[in-house]
Amino acid sequence: MNNPTAFAIPTDTASAVVRLNHVEKTYRSGAIEVAALKGISFEIPMNRFSMVVGASGSGKTTLLNLIGCIDAPSSGTVEVCQQKVGELDDNMVADFRARNIGFIFQNFSLVPVLSAYENVEYPLLLVGMPAAERQERTLAMLQAVGLARQARQRPNELSGGQRQRVAIARALVKGPQIVLADEPTANLDSATGASIIELMRRVQAESRTTFIFATHDPQLMSHADETFAIRDGMLVDHTTGGGR
Amino acid sequence: MKLLLKIAARNILRNRRRSLMTGSAVAAGALAMLLFGGFANYIFAGLETNNVQRIGHLTVFRSGYFLFGAGNPAAYGIDNYRQVIDLFKHDPVVGPMIQVITPTQSLVGIAGNFTGDNDASKTFLGVGLIPSDRDRMRQWNEFRVGTVYAPDPRLSDGDETRGLIGLGLARILGLCAPLALPNCPPIPARASSSGNGVLATNEDIANLARHDLSGDAGSAPHKPQIELLAATAGGAPNVVGLTVSGSEPQGVKELDDNFIAMHLALAQQLVYGRGEHKVTGIVLQLRRSEDLASARARLTTLVKENHLQLDVRDFGELTPFYGQVVKLFGSIFLFIALVMGVIVLFAVVNTMTMNVMERTNEIGTIRAMGVRRRSIRSQFIVEGSLIGAFGATVGALLAVTIAAVLNGAGLTWVPPGNANPVPLQVDVLGRPGLIVATWVGLALVATIAALIPANRAARLSVVDALRHV
Repeated sequence: MNNPTAFAIPTDTASAVVRLNHVEKTYRSGAIEVAALKGISFEIPMNRFSMVVGASGSGKTTLLNLIGCIDAPSSGTVEVCQQKVGELDDNMVADFRARNIGFIFQNFSLVPVLSAYENVEYPLLLVGMPAAERQERTLAMLQAVGLARQARQRPNELSGGQRQRVAIARALVKGPQIVLADEPTANLDSATGASIIELMRRVQAESRTTFIFATHDPQLMSHADETFAIRDGMLVDHTTGGGR
Repeated sequence: MKLLLKIAARNILRNRRRSLMTGSAVAAGALAMLLFGGFANYIFAGLETNNVQRIGHLTVFRSGYFLFGAGNPAAYGIDNYRQVIDLFKHDPVVGPMIQVITPTQSLVGIAGNFTGDNDASKTFLGVGLIPSDRDRMRQWNEFRVGTVYAPDPRLSDGDETRGLIGLGLARILGLCAPLALPNCPPIPARASSSGNGVLATNEDIANLARHDLSGDAGSAPHKPQIELLAATAGGAPNVVGLTVSGSEPQGVKELDDNFIAMHLALAQQLVYGRGEHKVTGIVLQLRRSEDLASARARLTTLVKENHLQLDVRDFGELTPFYGQVVKLFGSIFLFIALVMGVIVLFAVVNTMTMNVMERTNEIGTIRAMGVRRRSIRSQFIVEGSLIGAFGATVGALLAVTIAAVLNGAGLTWVPPGNANPVPLQVDVLGRPGLIVATWVGLALVATIAALIPANRAARLSVVDALRHV
């Protein structure tokens, strides 16, 4: 274990897909200020299965939100896919997310009024993909997650595992550089969780997409290429290898 | 856009009961506005038809008559009125617009019934007209809401002595029995306070009238005759006899107690005696009401170009009651529209606010996926608009159906200013402008109402929205 305050990870900066530099994030609730991240600096290499681990309230989700460009740091810089996020306005950030980042949420977060097919197709509509290509990619993605036969079903007609598969297909269908997953197996039983992890591992290997998870699921952690340990808003450990 | 509409429509169906309640509020608003608007339009059309049948669209007076003529109509006669009529009738612009152009003579005087034991007299307001022109004017029914009258045999171009009087005046002059008028009581007996001198004067007036009508008096032997006394344009007293061929109730009591309609020639004889016969007004009835403004403008130009001392007035100016009714119904309609608009506004705001609250997590998800704030705003605005459009469409269909049922029920009512009942109609389908305005208005209110929660949804922070449970 290194000194947390001076922890730094030597990486090949050219291949880093995420770069955080002295990032702080403070939440304010009335007169009370809570520091969720306290000056974190690290880089995440491309095409890896990376885990951000830590106890509840350690700052994992905050870190993922910053990497996913859905939140802004109080200070410091966040660079994602060689783009300094702080330099983008609101619409540009939205477009950036639409092109480069896929999300998998703990509670699946599918659009309830859309079918499995339409949920997977949605991100492609946002990037303005032509209809024929859109259809081809959507069907291929549903096939890849084993849900081709459930394409017309709405989320409420699917099981938890099937919903999470749709969410994975939705996150990957546009071919993003990064997929962020916050506790993706937390709402699943262990067998389903294992199959979901297996699926993500397989898809990641095929698509060469960088997966970044926030988790404290040991089953998931065992698959990690890189593990970043967070405690009290600070990076306290970094381990490499063991996943594949 | 297709995706936006698809999601909006499915979300509306997802909350069926809530959407139905909100749509019902919009439908109720549309129903109330269209039924009342249709009824008000029918009233306007009915009043306009009534006025145009009676006094035409436009009347040309001698300058000053409109303001001061009522005190002494004879002093405001139009010289060479036949040439003026020809000028208007043959004008290439206004001529083709005219359906009827006819002279009229207004007059005031005293009417008396001194036949037999009668000794009744009363001031009167008279109008001299050409009976065949009156019949033609009473055929006008552009909006198909009025009564089309058959030619009235009680007045005739060929018999200048005949006339019609108001029911009230007939009662006052003791003509209920001779005219066999229903619901018209005889004059109560009273102690005579008249001196012999007064009786002698009345007898003189009667004799004078009989002298004036010598040779014509036998034209309507079974009808009562009254005497009309008026001052001529020169200021001399003049008397004529009038054979009362019938009574015509007037909608307003003051007019009913004073009204006499007679042949133009008789009115001119009474007012101008042996002098030049003039008229106080030239009435123009147009084929279509929509030509009113252009016809008036052209008449004004003609009057100016020919250096005539004439003044053009439309029926709205001559019957302020019409304008008052239009304003009254317009105000009520505006009030109803305002109340309905507020109800729709609150209903849609409430529904869309609940929708935003329920879908906060969904908003966070699609924002994280890269949907812009503007698209979130559009999503909820489209949903509000669809509910508004759906409700307004249902309301319009209901209004058309209910109006058809009401119109077929054969209901009648007596409009203000009228003496006789007319069919009660609600003209919704014939007013596409009203339907479109109501539909667009309510859909717009629903859209504006959705703006508030839509903006709130668009402003949500992605992180906060994702945290929402």
